[in-house]
Amino acid sequence: MPEVPRSTAPWWVWPLALFIVTFILGILAVLGGVGGGVLFVPIVGGFFPFNIDFVRGAGLLVALAGALAAGPGLLKRNLASIRLALPVALIASSAAIVGAMIGLALKPNVVNTLLGATILFIVAIMATAKKSDFPVVPQPDKLSQALGIMGIYREESIGKDVEWNVHKTPLGLALFVVIGIMAGMFGLGAGWANVPVLNLMMGAPLKISVATSKFLLSITDTSAAWVYLNQGAVLPMIVVPSLVGIMLGSMIGVKILAKAKPKAIKWMVIGLLLFAGLRSLLKGLGIWK
Amino acid sequence: MSDKTKASEEQIAYANVLNIGMWFGLALLIITFFVYISGVLPSYVPIDDLPKYWTMRVHDFNVALNAPTGWGWASLVGKGDYLNFIGIAILSGLTILCYLVILPILARKKDRAYVVIAIAEVLVLSLAASGLLKVGGH
Repeated sequence: MPEVPRSTAPWWVWPLALFIVTFILGILAVLGGVGGGVLFVPIVGGFFPFNIDFVRGAGLLVALAGALAAGPGLLKRNLASIRLALPVALIASSAAIVGAMIGLALKPNVVNTLLGATILFIVAIMATAKKSDFPVVPQPDKLSQALGIMGIYREESIGKDVEWNVHKTPLGLALFVVIGIMAGMFGLGAGWANVPVLNLMMGAPLKISVATSKFLLSITDTSAAWVYLNQGAVLPMIVVPSLVGIMLGSMIGVKILAKAKPKAIKWMVIGLLLFAGLRSLLKGLGIWK
Repeated sequence: MSDKTKASEEQIAYANVLNIGMWFGLALLIITFFVYISGVLPSYVPIDDLPKYWTMRVHDFNVALNAPTGWGWASLVGKGDYLNFIGIAILSGLTILCYLVILPILARKKDRAYVVIAIAEVLVLSLAASGLLKVGGH
């Protein structure tokens, strides 16, 4: 049975609208320092006629494409660390498969309600979480030492080489089970959760955390994307305009970034997420249909 | 950049494959999308009818249109809509290829823990890609 009232508009109106909206989201995502997926799913799911199943499939591919595009540069500059990413990715990608299977089995109203609650939680994290450029790691834990999770990178802002290592690895890996499940279940990129865990809990420098998180998404979202693809929850008519719109918007966003006031934009993105999260929650609860 | 701050051999190898594969997959996806909307190839689901179906849950969509699941799309790439799945599958499968490329490097370095992790990841992603995992309950 259809879950959403059918539109009477011709088919081309929606991909065109999707392209325009995702282009704007791409700009805002870069300026607000968030991934495209976290904006895409609640906004497109809340205001477009597509079923949330197809929106989540598209959301994963949008986040995946962004991560794939950013990955090579981040790896070559040694900001994304394979030694940090690989163990984390194994946990998160396995969990994302489970999350995707749970998400596709749940009823849309349940998904929307949980998605809304999650987005509001993300808003709270974004509004309150602190970041640490160079967290103090008093003693690397045994697991990270055994795996050799450490590195050195050139920090241009201070003109020095920075050595880094991590601690609390077992706890961090355990949290990536939860992050992976949520990424798969809601089709969200999980940068909003990856960065605080890598940076604040495990103690990786902020730049390494942000870059490794982005690279990590290319692996986590791959596993969930396959589940959505194999279930038929991927419609090219939704995926391609979104993917191109977000990528072009991101390119423009990078150019605007130099002139923009990041704090004001961060709060604009938080406001947008708050609105989209409330919309999703109220839609799920049947209050705002 | 000093030698100490340079990316490792496996990291560079991963990045190179990712870079080529990403642009190839993305370009192919955009080209096939224009083939799709231009109507050069017939679509499995007529484009004009799509708005009737994209509001449905995926399970209902599949039943209503007898749409394929798993790798069933591969037999329909002659249709404009399913042609797009080639680019999507390349983007989704690229990570597996990247892991396969770095595996021999990790093995040569006798980095046993990461060889095991990389093999496990290839198995996990291959399982996800296989179409063996079925989602129930609707």
